[in-house]
Amino acid sequence: MKIHYETADARLFVELAGELDHHSMGSLRTEVDEAIFIHNPHELILDFGQVTFMDSSGIGLIMGRYRILHPLGGRIILLRPAPHIRRILRLAGMEQLASIKNELEQEVAQ
Amino acid sequence: MKILNECRCSFPAVSANEALARAALSAFLIPADPTAQELADLRTVISEAVTNAIVHGYRHKEGMVSICLRLLPERVIYIRVSDKGCGIGDVERAMVPLYTSAPEEDRAGLGFAIMQTFTDSLHVRSTPDHGTTLTMRRRLGCSEEQDEA
Repeated sequence: MKIHYETADARLFVELAGELDHHSMGSLRTEVDEAIFIHNPHELILDFGQVTFMDSSGIGLIMGRYRILHPLGGRIILLRPAPHIRRILRLAGMEQLASIKNELEQEVAQ
Repeated sequence: MKILNECRCSFPAVSANEALARAALSAFLIPADPTAQELADLRTVISEAVTNAIVHGYRHKEGMVSICLRLLPERVIYIRVSDKGCGIGDVERAMVPLYTSAPEEDRAGLGFAIMQTFTDSLHVRSTPDHGTTLTMRRRLGCSEEQDEA
């Protein structure tokens, strides 16, 4: 997993990879939360492009981060989930808490 | 019912073995030629069941999780996951979507909902202080492929 923060648009990027289950979630959650508390981002982008498996532990990750970010006015983008992961996101109603996107729109420079 | 193939294994209730259970299921299923979606669904199902046994059955205490995989006639896959943990006092409540007995761990409470959605049948047998056995069946080749456009 790689985490980086873009100061210009207050976006925190989390590049998830491999299999997201209860086992992998422990340290991952701590690292993401530390980055959230340091940067207080407007947007948390969870990039699923390299994720090969996800069960409801991934839903728990999203719900938990939503509970942290939503009161602060932040929002969550779920980027590039594979079809079987998208299915679980929909089943769990995650489109009500976050935007599911295949790519990020380009920011228009003013 | 005639059992065409069977695989049984037991492993300690530690989270690293969630991946082991998925790998065992994948290896068992491949000769039955599942679609990519069927394979993904059933890998998710066994991951949920084994995680439940570890997190809720044993509550991170020592114990063993046993799985039994069967290929039955007409491409029916049978999956049984059992533990000798604390059992479920109220199975009906445990199956309510979003209910979890471990909210502090960010458990979504969706394990049973996912297992029910991705299988044709789910049976829960649980006795408090004695453990829980989940039995699921899914017939390959008759699911509606989802439109993922």
